[in-house]
Amino acid sequence: MPGLIEANLPALQVVLPLVAAPICAMLGKGSRAWAFATLVAFLAFAISISLFIATYGGQVISYEMGGWAPPLGIEYRIDVLNAFVLMIVSGMAALVLPYAHRSVAAEIPAERQPFFYTAFLLCLTGLLGVAITGDAFNVFVFLEISSLSTYALVASGSWRNKRALTAAYNYLIMGTVGATFFVIGIGMIYMITGTLNMADLATRIIEHGDSRTLRMGFVFIFIGVGLKLAMFPLHLWLPNAYTFAPTAVTAFVAATATKVAVYVLLRFMFTVFGFDYEFQAETLKNVLLPVALVAMFAASLVAIFQDDLKRMLAYSSIAQIGYMLLGLAFLTHTGLMATIVHLFNHAVTKGALFMVAGCFILSAGTSSISSLRGIGRDMPWTTAAFVAGGMSLIGLPLTVGFISKWYLVQAALELGWWPVALLIMASSLLAIVYVWRVVEAAYLKPAPEGVTRREAPLSMLIPAWILVGLSIWFGVSATLTTTAASRAADVLIGSSQMLWEE
Amino acid sequence: MEHHAILRVVSKLLIPPILVYALYVQWHGDYGPGGGFQAGVVFAVAFILYALVYGVDEMARVVPPRLLHASAGIGVLIYAGTGVVTMALGENFLGYNALAHHPVHAQEWGIIIVEFGVGVAVASVMISIFIAFACHNPPLKDEDW
Repeated sequence: MPGLIEANLPALQVVLPLVAAPICAMLGKGSRAWAFATLVAFLAFAISISLFIATYGGQVISYEMGGWAPPLGIEYRIDVLNAFVLMIVSGMAALVLPYAHRSVAAEIPAERQPFFYTAFLLCLTGLLGVAITGDAFNVFVFLEISSLSTYALVASGSWRNKRALTAAYNYLIMGTVGATFFVIGIGMIYMITGTLNMADLATRIIEHGDSRTLRMGFVFIFIGVGLKLAMFPLHLWLPNAYTFAPTAVTAFVAATATKVAVYVLLRFMFTVFGFDYEFQAETLKNVLLPVALVAMFAASLVAIFQDDLKRMLAYSSIAQIGYMLLGLAFLTHTGLMATIVHLFNHAVTKGALFMVAGCFILSAGTSSISSLRGIGRDMPWTTAAFVAGGMSLIGLPLTVGFISKWYLVQAALELGWWPVALLIMASSLLAIVYVWRVVEAAYLKPAPEGVTRREAPLSMLIPAWILVGLSIWFGVSATLTTTAASRAADVLIGSSQMLWEE
Repeated sequence: MEHHAILRVVSKLLIPPILVYALYVQWHGDYGPGGGFQAGVVFAVAFILYALVYGVDEMARVVPPRLLHASAGIGVLIYAGTGVVTMALGENFLGYNALAHHPVHAQEWGIIIVEFGVGVAVASVMISIFIAFACHNPPLKDEDW
């Protein structure tokens, strides 16, 4: 039996939450569904850890779905990059679900909770599936599973605020446009190559060489994924979706969904199209680099003027996605490494901050910064978690945010692009401003009279503090994450350079 | 509904062939055009037609929404469960060869079971979506036709 499970771990990673989702819907009661979903998330996390350990040394695991050999059948192909992303996604689910119990109980009626957890598990299934599969069309299918369930999850915030419905609808339209672009792009490269397996696509694209169809395919995939990951001018769905979704959903989606979309971009750009595909390199330099820089500043500036804490964090997410895209646009090993390590670092940081926002909402009933005055005295632990997470968001030393920015600046200097390095540091100053606004309101302003706010329950504080702890732990000793990121960057560059040199 | 004789008679004539046709599409999915998705939609159409003529409440007495929600899940479980069974028998996920002694039989069995799961899930979801939309507004009174 253990042998059987070990041989099928890649399939189980996705199948386990998939099978659990309909069972969860039939459990009938809120707490039972919650306990079941949490158990499943922990199991999925355990699976992804064992996959990470198995691939950390550079091994590649290949799993054939239904016993059909790879170029024809669907292949799950796991290298250290996939395993790293899988671990982020399932780890966040395992932390958010214990947190969700109290938070969801306050925001969603009891009879709807089983369906909420079902949608949550489906979202987890989709995100894990995107990260694990080695088949281009399969990526689209799983991307849609995760997106559709995310629309439902965002809409479930409507019991707190009806505007969640319009936010979800907006997200639905934009997300569907993105998915359509993505699948058109896949159609184009399928037209050229006649295959959907990523590794096979890579070799055949080289054989066929550059063509207008290939360029169109690349652009469609780039824009489609750009919509999904809220690349700067395509980000308009994100602030409302994050603001009005239930907080547990925001914490999970903010930490995982955009990260998985960045992973898809990395995978397609470097494994499928190849690291030195000339048209791609030009697009990255002329389009992605400016867009990323603008995102860092524009979104941070908008964040400064937000009154709602969740909306502020949402805009900050758009800025942080700018950092990830910037690392990608450098097209160097260090740049890629910065992007990959920031996937983890931002997931941890933003997850913690949104959890804190949820604690505020539970106790104070609002996430408006002006009504959080003096909350530092009423909820010391929650506010302290915000300060620690905020420091990581700014990128102060001894936090994970610093590690990401360190590698980003290093990548910029390697290329001699010192203005970019200066801009990275300048944008951190904007982060100081918006984090400070909250700190100032929470600690330095007097509390409004006649308001009693109790410290958040332990079931919500502990997950938030675990994430804060991780963001400090991996900020002090970053060996594990940076080694994994470096090896993942090696995999991406190594596979594609080998191809184009032939 | 008493005075809509034509509607009642025609729908009563149509519904049984629709159901039979859905089953035909379902069971021919493994070696001809068709399969679970199409069959599920056709099957659901029979119920939707009944609801259009006799009202959603009448249909909900035959298939209550709770049952539909459960059967939608059961459909998915039949599909994924087949995969889990093949894993337990030592094949990959959805590797049907483990289901019978001869691979040809095993593949046929596998696809039939999986398509059945798809059919159940699709039919239940289609009817559920119809109910969700139809019950959004108060049902139309007979005099308002």
